[in-house]
This record gives sequence, structure tokens and C-alpha cells, in this order.
Amino acid sequence: MSLLAHEGDEELPAWSLPASAGASIRLPSAWPARLTREWAWGGATGAGVRVCVLDSGIELDHPLVGEVQRSVAVTKTGDEIVIADDTEGDLCGHGTACAGIIRSLAPECELTSVRVLGAGYTGSAAVLLAGLEWAIEQGFHIVNMSLSTTKKQYVDRLHELADAAYFKRMMLIASAHNMPVESFPWRFAAVVSVGSHEEDDPWTIYANPRPPVEFFARGLNVEIAWLGGETITATGNSFATPHVTGLCALILSKHPGLTPFQLKSVLHLTASNVE
Amino acid sequence: MSDLRAAVAAGVMGADEAYQALLQATVEVARAIFRAKASSVFLLDEETDELVFEAVAGEGADSLVGKRFPSSTGVAGWVLVTRQPLVVDDLTKDTRFSREAAESTGYVPRGLMAVPLLADERALGVLEVLDRPEGERFTLREMDLLGLFGNQAAIALELLQRARRARAALDGEGELARFAARLEQASDETRAAGLELLRSLEKLLA
Repeated sequence: MSLLAHEGDEELPAWSLPASAGASIRLPSAWPARLTREWAWGGATGAGVRVCVLDSGIELDHPLVGEVQRSVAVTKTGDEIVIADDTEGDLCGHGTACAGIIRSLAPECELTSVRVLGAGYTGSAAVLLAGLEWAIEQGFHIVNMSLSTTKKQYVDRLHELADAAYFKRMMLIASAHNMPVESFPWRFAAVVSVGSHEEDDPWTIYANPRPPVEFFARGLNVEIAWLGGETITATGNSFATPHVTGLCALILSKHPGLTPFQLKSVLHLTASNVE
Repeated sequence: MSDLRAAVAAGVMGADEAYQALLQATVEVARAIFRAKASSVFLLDEETDELVFEAVAGEGADSLVGKRFPSSTGVAGWVLVTRQPLVVDDLTKDTRFSREAAESTGYVPRGLMAVPLLADERALGVLEVLDRPEGERFTLREMDLLGLFGNQAAIALELLQRARRARAALDGEGELARFAARLEQASDETRAAGLELLRSLEKLLA
């Protein structure tokens, strides 16, 4: 069942609502009295959902990752930013790890890799921004961002992009920081921010009553895909984040067209601590 | 040497040694708290885009300080570019990592914890803790503790960088030193004008 809001009237901006026009934008509601996990993602595989992993690339043919639909790399030479198809795979292993976790929850989702990390520290914030901009143009359903930037000069633009994604019905899912620093984009309300809990169940998420970290997912001693087809055990919010991405892919494959607001509500209502 | 220059030099003299000692103390404490085999701080050299061993406690303490490697390789590189703290185990399973580690440090850790060193909006480097006691279950509380240590190490690292920059400016008749000397020798009127100019410059840079 779809919770899709009105579609069509793309020509006119919806700045206001005329008298008695309420009926023309009636939105179907499929919320059950008690929203269950079975309703939210029971039987779902992630099929039809396009997920972008904005990271260090994804190793091709890793058994835990499977097919990668497309890989592009964002690079910066001087002031010029270039986005081109990429065959180098993953430069450091971080993106492969995230992709493997997403795949483990949503086996049939479509994965695209946008490499914005791994080519050196300098210029990495500008490259990250260009990668996100490209991802938004492509209209992915979900963008996994197990990374953040502290560069203040990019915050305004990053904020604009996060809002643009939100209104395009794209969910940005970003790793929170468990350190006393200001970093972005996880602090923005338009994204889903993720920290770690200590339990072993990949399906358990907690809604945090004290944001800005909004959800906690499995991030401790996670078996992750590693370069060279290997696996390794790792801990960090970087790995909690793709658990929520995988879950969102399942929910969207079962309920296409959910807005980020609705998707976040489903996450909240199916969280283990929400009664 | 002018009085002004002498005053600046007095502030800088010995400062980098003191901050280096503070950084060393931080890695010693991190190693002790986590009962680890080694702990190190890497400084990001933005000019060459490399990470440099700045302080090492335990394994490698005698040989690693000053060694450098590209800023986005290895686990330290992950942490630097993603700004996310990270813990990895079973590293010996990764032959590529083991070889690289052995070649650059002579020591292959089984597992490591790493946290980015951030000061305001800048990433200054990475703090690593290598090989905690085997078989001990890791908790997120330790991750938070590592983050707190990272904060302390970042402050020490920033002070060290500032002291080095100040010393570099004073050394070898750099621009600042020359300016201070001229100011000292100038007439009261010129000196007042020079200081006024300096204040304007300071405002501009703020």
C-alpha cells in the first residue's frame, strides 16, 4: 500500500492553499492503529530502492556486497572538480564495509557508489559536497553518509543540499559524532542521524528522546566486509548508520513514495523503545 | 635582538618541547588506561597531505616518531577523512594491511582503536590505541573515553603547532622578527603608527 502524497501538479508551486481546496490534496493514509514491524518491512527485500553510498568507493565482487549498479569517483585537481565513472573500487575499505551492511539487510536494493574519500585529506570537504550534489541530481531514494565534515565554510551549502534532498523525497542517513565537536550533516533536522547501541541484533534500533542523535543502531563489534573479499570485526557509528539505511530501503521497497518525514516516523514507531 | 622580539621569543622558547611532552603524556596515559601495547598520535601535514607520527608510547616508541605516510591510507586515514572514531579487530587477517604496517612500523597490531583529533573545524591528526588485552569485550563507554582523550590530545597538538609556527616565524630572520626589530628601533611616532597598523591587520585576520 502506498502513502504517496499528491503527484502531478508539478507546474505550480504550492505556496498556499486556496479556500475549500483541501479536498484536492487529500492524502491517502495507510497508518494502521498500531504500526508494526511486520507492516513496515515484513517480507520486503529492498527491491526497487536506489541506495547511494557516499564514501570511499565499493570493492567490486565482494561476496558480502554483490552487484554494484554504478560507481563514480569525485576528484579535485586545482579548483576543478571532476565526477567520472570509476573502476578502482574502494581505496580504503570504509565504503565496502557500509555497502555490505546495507546489503545484509536489504538484499535486493540497488547500490551505487560515489567515491568522495580516499584521495587525500586536502579538498575532501569540497569533494564531499560535489558528490552529494551529484547524488541529489540523480534522485536516489537513500544516501548513506557514514562521514561528516567540520569545515564551517561548507555548512550553509550542505544545509541547502540536505533540505533539497528532503523535498525531493530523498533520505540522507548520516553518522553522528560521539565527540565534543560541531560536525555536519548529521546535526541537520532534514537528515536521519545515527549513533551506536551495544546490542548484537541488526534489526534493533532505538529512538533517542534527546536529539540531535535521533536513532541508535548496531555499531559494536559488527562483522564488516573488508578489502580483498575479507571480513573483519569493527565498531563505530560508521557501521550503525548503514543498518538504518538498510532498514529504510526495506521500508521504502514495501511503501514506495514515503516522504522523509513519513519514513522517519515509521523508524520512530518501529523503534524497540517506542511502546 | 630587540626587547619586543626577546619577549616574543621568551614566550615561544621551550613551548614546543613542553607541548611535545604534554602530547607524550597523553599517549602514555591512553596506553595505560586501555592497557594497550602501544598508543600514538599522528599529526596531519597539510602541505604534503601526510600523517606523521608525533608521539608514541609503548611498541615503536624509539623508532616511529617522525615517520610519515599518505593521509588517506590505513585505519588512521579512514578516521581522518570520515572524522569518525573507529575500532577494528582481526587486522592480521588483512594481508595488505599487515604488510604495510610491518613495512612502515615494524609492528603488526592485532586490533586498534582510532579517533580523529579535531579542533574547531580543523582535523589536526589521529590518536590510535593498539592491541588492548586479548579477549576483553569492548564497550561503547571506551569509545566515548577514547573521544575524550582525543579531545585532550587535539588541544596539545594545536598548541604544539602554534608554538612551531611562532618559532618558525622568529627563526632565520623571518618577516615577523624583522618587523619586531624595525618597530623597536623606530621613533615613538612611527612606532605608534606601526602598532596601529598591526592592530588593523589583526582585526582583518580575526
